Amino acid sequence: MTTQTTTPLVELRDIRVAFGGVHAVDGVTVNLFPGEVVAVVGGNGAGKTTLIKTLSGAHKADSGKIFVNGELAHIETPRDAKEYNIETIYQTLALAENIDAPANMFLGRELRTNWGTLDDRAMENASRTVMGRLNPRFENFKVPVQSLSGGQRQSVAIARAVHFNAKILIMDEPTAALGPAETEQVNDLIQQLKAEGIGIFLISHDIHDVFDLADRISVMAQGKLVGTVNKDEVTKDEVLAMIIMGKMPGEATQDELEHFHD
Amino acid sequence: MTNAPVEAPEQTELMDPGNGPGGSFADAIRAMEIDTRMLGMIGALLIIWIGFQFWSGGGSWSEGTFLSARNLWNLSVQTAAVGIMATGMVLVIVTRNIDLSVGSMLAVLGMAMAMLQAEILPDYLGFDSPWIWIISLAAGIIMGAVLGAFQGAIIAYVGVPSFIVTLGGLLVWRGAAWMMASGRTIAPMDATFQLLGGGARGTIGYTWSWIVGILACAGIVFLLINGRRQRIRFGFKLRPRWADYTIGGVSIVVVLGAIAYLNSYLLPPRLAEQRGGGDIPFGLANPVLIAIGVVLVMTFVATRLRFGRYVYAIGGNPEAAELAGIKTRATIIKTFALMGILVGIGAAVQVARLNAAVSGLGQLTELYVIAAAVIGGTSLTGGVGTIPGAMLGALVMQSLQSGMALVGVETAAQDIAVGVVLVLAVALDTVYRRRASA
Ligand SMILES: Nc1ncnc2c1ncn2[C@@H]1O[C@H](COP(=O)(O)OP(=O)(O)OP(=O)(O)O)[C@@H](O)[C@H]1O
Ligand SMILES: [Mg+2]
Repeated sequence: MTTQTTTPLVELRDIRVAFGGVHAVDGVTVNLFPGEVVAVVGGNGAGKTTLIKTLSGAHKADSGKIFVNGELAHIETPRDAKEYNIETIYQTLALAENIDAPANMFLGRELRTNWGTLDDRAMENASRTVMGRLNPRFENFKVPVQSLSGGQRQSVAIARAVHFNAKILIMDEPTAALGPAETEQVNDLIQQLKAEGIGIFLISHDIHDVFDLADRISVMAQGKLVGTVNKDEVTKDEVLAMIIMGKMPGEATQDELEHFHD
Repeated sequence: MTNAPVEAPEQTELMDPGNGPGGSFADAIRAMEIDTRMLGMIGALLIIWIGFQFWSGGGSWSEGTFLSARNLWNLSVQTAAVGIMATGMVLVIVTRNIDLSVGSMLAVLGMAMAMLQAEILPDYLGFDSPWIWIISLAAGIIMGAVLGAFQGAIIAYVGVPSFIVTLGGLLVWRGAAWMMASGRTIAPMDATFQLLGGGARGTIGYTWSWIVGILACAGIVFLLINGRRQRIRFGFKLRPRWADYTIGGVSIVVVLGAIAYLNSYLLPPRLAEQRGGGDIPFGLANPVLIAIGVVLVMTFVATRLRFGRYVYAIGGNPEAAELAGIKTRATIIKTFALMGILVGIGAAVQVARLNAAVSGLGQLTELYVIAAAVIGGTSLTGGVGTIPGAMLGALVMQSLQSGMALVGVETAAQDIAVGVVLVLAVALDTVYRRRASA
């Protein structure tokens, strides 16, 4: 929850990333406590994906520091991030289409036999165990993931994070490609993981999901952090005002807020 | 969660051990879990073989010479070198790269091995030293790994497309091969080294051929039993018993039949005379044995090792592989180094068979190697391809060429035919895949 005095699970401090002249992320500071969901919201191109990529090791920050459990963390590659139990579910599903679900789940961290060879059966077994928890109807363990539906692929990506005991989970629009039932399923899962004490950064464009799931909401616009608010202390309109006008609650006039109503 | 995988109705059906295949042929194939592309390729191969048997006999099966033990033995030797290299090309292409330099690299490595054993090493070791062939072979293979890794490093770290790097390699290595010997022909090869190339002496003979055949059968039985046991251990869907028996039975008959047939090819009387006379069968040729070994090792590398898994993952989605923490650049370098090693082996076989190295060695070989991989089902878009498929592709291509040579089709027309078959094979495959995914 919000009023913790303990050290945050993770803190991104004053992160900057520029692509050529574009300041994709411009001095952003956010943090996350155990068992907390922090939604990162903002318009297209606001810099959300770029920000969290610095935490998942997919992209190096130009400057800024990352702290995990209060200690300075060195994250330069996806491997490094995994060392800190940071798992990521990417906006563009990062799965190798030509190999099956267990192979994707264990990609880069394969189980091996005493002989040093791949232990495919053990990996399939472990996949079945995790999947039994997440998506019991999933049965397509032996086919390349390209023949899976969007929702099924998403469960593979989530199963990967769950199996490897994520402490910090980054979800970049995890439900963007999903139907209502699958979205519901993923949202239930987020609640479940949160209850287990995992900290989750959730990037989403769905303001309703954000209000359903998040404890705090960090709003970004044009690479900058507009502000971070407690969900319980703001209205959806106020968050929309932050996203669209970059105005903190209280700054926007009632008139401007009225504008967002359907 | 329980792993009782026998819940789905279709699976309970397949679990039933006693029943015969039932249903259609397609159902049977599916139950046996045989790759339909592989089956198609074997079908194409049979058609080519039967066609040439009739053609070479002027329309009469019994007068045909294509399927004679002698011709098939030659075919097996001719297929070996290209097949060996094609297994490496599969992995290169799977990673969305290409290696156009293999023919020229073959010339450089062949030339190096030849010069070592014919001109350099004898000065130090004397002509009869058993070390000569070993050092030459090892040097060729190591040099192949180094040249391959070098090209791979430029591709992976500098980011120059493999097409360009290896196109450069094609020119550079070809020129280097010429300069190494100023265009001379280097001959003869060390007596032991020559055995790598096959020929009348370079075979393992009757008894050992049977031993290899029997070991192969034992291996097949072991794989089937082990596969079944593993599936039971983890409670996975079992292949019906009749399918295991069919696969095992057919494989064993094919293996033993091939050995028996090749063993019926006898040394010509004059050569047999020199070895005490009587009926002396050739047996499996050494290059064929090497090719079989390469297929086994490469299949193991591609399917059972982490490296192989990474090769396929990179081909499927390079970004995902990177994000999963795979060292993609190192993997690319290793892939090209492996290709270089296989070119070294291929060069040894080729030079040993010719008993000489010329600077024109391996011309156009890159194209045959790529064609073999592609006919064997490797997709140039990356991510897809199998080692046995490539070997079969090499066999299909070599069958066409040697068949046409046998019936007297001129070389130019042979090239046309092989080119047409290449495009046709890929066209069929593309259509098939589109249907399968639709
Ligand atoms: N690899 C890149 N090269 C150049 N510019 C980039 C790159 N990745 C992102 N950008 C730029 O950085 C800015 C932020 O992009 P980012 O993907 O972080 O936005 P986002 O908030 O995730 O948007 P969306 O909601 O559309 O996913 C954009 O202006 C984008 O064009
Ligand atoms: Mg994004």
